[in-house]
Amino acid sequence: MMSAKANILAKLRKSLEGTQPIADDYDVALVTRPWSYPAEERIPRLRQLMEAVHTETHLTTTADWPALLEKLLADKQLPSLLIAPATAHGAQLAAHFAGREGLPRLKAYDRPVEEWKAELFDDTPASLTGTLGAIAATGSLILWPTREEPRLMSLVPPVHFALLKASEIHDNFLEVQQKQQWAAGMPTNALLVSGPSKTADIEQVLAYGAHGPKDLIVLILEDA
Amino acid sequence: MNSQARIPAVELSSRDLKHNAHNALGDAQLRSNMRKAMDSLMAKRLAAMPDEYEREHLREMGNHVRARALSRLPELLERLEANLTRNGVKVHWAETVDEANAIVLQIAEAHRAKQVIKGKSMVSEEMEMNHFLEGHGIEALESDMGEYIIQLDHEKPTHIIMPAIHKNARQVAHLFHDTLGEPYTEDVDQLIQTGRRVLRQKFFEADIGVSGVNFAVAETGTLLLVENEGNGRMSTTVPPVHIAVTGIEKVVENLRDVVPLLSLLTRSALGQGITTYVNLISGPRQADELDGPQEVHLVLLDNGRSQAFADGELRQTLNCIRCGACMNHCPVYTRIGGQAYGTVYPGPIGKIISPHLMGLENTPDHPSASSLCGACGEVCPVKIPIPSLLRRLREENIKKPDAPNPVMRGQGSKYSPRERLLWKGWRLLNTSPWLYRTFGFFATRLRGLTPGSLGPWTQNHSAPKPAARSLHELAREHLEDK
Amino acid sequence: MSEPFYNAAPNATRVAPPLPEPRQYPAQKPGNAYLFGTCVLDLFFPEAGLDAIRLLEREGIKVHFPQEQSCCGQPAYTSGYTDEAREVARAQLALFAEDWPLVVPSGSCAGMIRHHYAELFKDEPATLRQVQALAARTFELAEFLLHVCKVEFKDQGSQQKVALHTSCSARREMNTHLHGRALLAQLEKIERVEHDHESECCGFGGTFSVRMPDISGAMVADKTRALQESGAAEVVSADCGCLLNINGALEKQHAPLRGQHLASFLWKRTGGAR
Repeated sequence: MMSAKANILAKLRKSLEGTQPIADDYDVALVTRPWSYPAEERIPRLRQLMEAVHTETHLTTTADWPALLEKLLADKQLPSLLIAPATAHGAQLAAHFAGREGLPRLKAYDRPVEEWKAELFDDTPASLTGTLGAIAATGSLILWPTREEPRLMSLVPPVHFALLKASEIHDNFLEVQQKQQWAAGMPTNALLVSGPSKTADIEQVLAYGAHGPKDLIVLILEDA
Repeated sequence: MNSQARIPAVELSSRDLKHNAHNALGDAQLRSNMRKAMDSLMAKRLAAMPDEYEREHLREMGNHVRARALSRLPELLERLEANLTRNGVKVHWAETVDEANAIVLQIAEAHRAKQVIKGKSMVSEEMEMNHFLEGHGIEALESDMGEYIIQLDHEKPTHIIMPAIHKNARQVAHLFHDTLGEPYTEDVDQLIQTGRRVLRQKFFEADIGVSGVNFAVAETGTLLLVENEGNGRMSTTVPPVHIAVTGIEKVVENLRDVVPLLSLLTRSALGQGITTYVNLISGPRQADELDGPQEVHLVLLDNGRSQAFADGELRQTLNCIRCGACMNHCPVYTRIGGQAYGTVYPGPIGKIISPHLMGLENTPDHPSASSLCGACGEVCPVKIPIPSLLRRLREENIKKPDAPNPVMRGQGSKYSPRERLLWKGWRLLNTSPWLYRTFGFFATRLRGLTPGSLGPWTQNHSAPKPAARSLHELAREHLEDK
Repeated sequence: MSEPFYNAAPNATRVAPPLPEPRQYPAQKPGNAYLFGTCVLDLFFPEAGLDAIRLLEREGIKVHFPQEQSCCGQPAYTSGYTDEAREVARAQLALFAEDWPLVVPSGSCAGMIRHHYAELFKDEPATLRQVQALAARTFELAEFLLHVCKVEFKDQGSQQKVALHTSCSARREMNTHLHGRALLAQLEKIERVEHDHESECCGFGGTFSVRMPDISGAMVADKTRALQESGAAEVVSADCGCLLNINGALEKQHAPLRGQHLASFLWKRTGGAR
């Protein structure tokens, strides 16, 4: 008896007998030109698109963002923040918080999820991650989770803070794929995130905080 | 009051489209919910694609990208499998839904799984996976908010993108109140927060997460999944095992090919430039990673697709990227809703794909349930000529059931010697000028004798009365006078 | 619905044809034209056919109406009876041999000839060339008046609100809605009013209306309601199937409104005598 795979492929091959593959006429201009922006428009466009879907965005700098984040945490009365201490930004925030009293607790994602899954789900109100840049065309953050900064950090906590370097805001998805050489090697999980979780499944009424973060706050580092 | 709010419009067991449609058309609540929703979705699509040049050229490009993938489908499937395998994903092939379910069950049993949480997947609906797993003592829970609502109410999805679009907030409020014991509220935010709370616990507990796939990229061995809620991310990253199920046609050649398709998909479906989340999954958790599924499986399902593939014209059916725009713009779908079709895929795409999945013998009325108005073909982001394919299926549907070289399962399910004879008579009438003129003469002269009842026509119309004299006569006189 | 796939191998993967260029129209008004009356118009709206002839004659065109003509074949074609449709189509082909424009006062029938005859004769190369040539000189009436005759109507009627309904396939295949609107816009005292869901199908769809009477009935009920609520005193259409559907439903509802053929409306409004 032939396997399902062999049967399926044999049928498909037979159906194509004597035919030629369709030529690749990929139109790069069509998917890039309408989605290209002067440098000075990228940040405003990204902010406009992301804010339109309830994302909070802030302009700040490489030096100032820890203080801004500290203030935002206080404003939102968040008791703790999940960070990735092995990343540069995780380390920078930890240094900013070090030795100071009365600040939200910094929690490190430094062990397999199985060891603290309940705490992650039930007692981790907020997180901070970096990004690999953003896409101005669609208002999307690019996330490639890593060992140091695992995937659930940007998903399970109800509030997600994301750091974005202004110089890494690209025009469109194709440009990102090319500049960052995605086809040469994809991570186990890559993501485009364009706002907090939402749904319109009930009567098309938009509601935020469906399953993922209810709040997405993007800190844009203008000098980076 | 409760019962009034929750009467399903159609008997779900029925596959009789005409019967279901009759019931659905009489459901005023359904009619108004659907009209309102479809009007809004049409407006959103147009607002997201205002530039006609960009829209029409991108649709053409989307068509070419899909056609290119189909023209090399066997090769791309093998490449996809090789790259996924290299990335650590286990690839399975299934010719039938039974085979696909058996594969899922085998994985579940290997992990002694008791709970499965599902992201949105139309292929799993094809498989009736929930029902199958529950038969084996495994709970399968939908996590897409719309799917969850439908599952709670023991219904089937009414739309491939918005499964509960036929319900209004009041109906969902009653449902949550009755089934979950929640305090009654029609506040959509609160209703969603209820869903979030219940399902978060399920994500936490689940042994297996199941998802669909929007595009499978052969070049990199990547499964791309779009969603707004985050339930797709949850289903594919929290449980220790992730099983993706998809049709064999979903493969595209290159990563860059998803750029036009993604833009077409989200704008056509919801009028969004992009969905909140685009997941690109290329493998299970690596040895040094701290989360993500330990195992990722992909089940590639045929289930009649290779039948559509065999014919160059019908192959275009497989261009579909499941955006649902054809439904949103369909005057028939808008009026009868998705459940009346009695098929997993409703609306125009459902009418052209279901006969391949289920056989024409199980979908005999589907090709005919269209006025061929062309609204679907006009908006299809990958330019499937849906009206042409409906007409083609009608042709297959009236062939003799035993005619040689069948291209369809259930060929000739509407074969009727009587109707064939009528059309032969029609042909004779219209190919014989003498007969035609004689007919015209008597039809006009005897117009007083036109019966008041002309079968189904007079259900909605007065009987048409021929004019006193035909154009043939009037024109002859008029032109002879000149 | 106009895929030129008739020369593709049956199992070749199809790609969508290139986006159509806008149709090029003859620079000169022709001296002669054929009229293809269509079967529904022949029996139910013959006066509209005569008005179409009169409109063309007023433009100085000699109209030819071959008496052997019957039906374009569309009812059988859309029902899947392709062989029957082909033979009926074949019977029409021989009737329009001169290289004159073929004017059709019904959008979907014009579309049948322009866009679907080629598919019917894909396996008969000689006939295929013939139907392609015929398709190239086939025009829907409003399109012909507007772009070939370049009519300039002088409105002679009083102030009136008019709603326009266009066959879906004709609109999508040939932009007939634009042609109809442009002609109505020439009439000074006519105010064209939109009706709710104007671009939506009236529910006719040929045999669809008798195969699926419940669904079709719901569609025509919505269409007739929208037309009545539009405030229009007159409903015009250049599509006889739609008119048969809409008028039959209005009559059944005992509603006073009736649709009339665009040709008749234009002829009357521009002072034409009968």
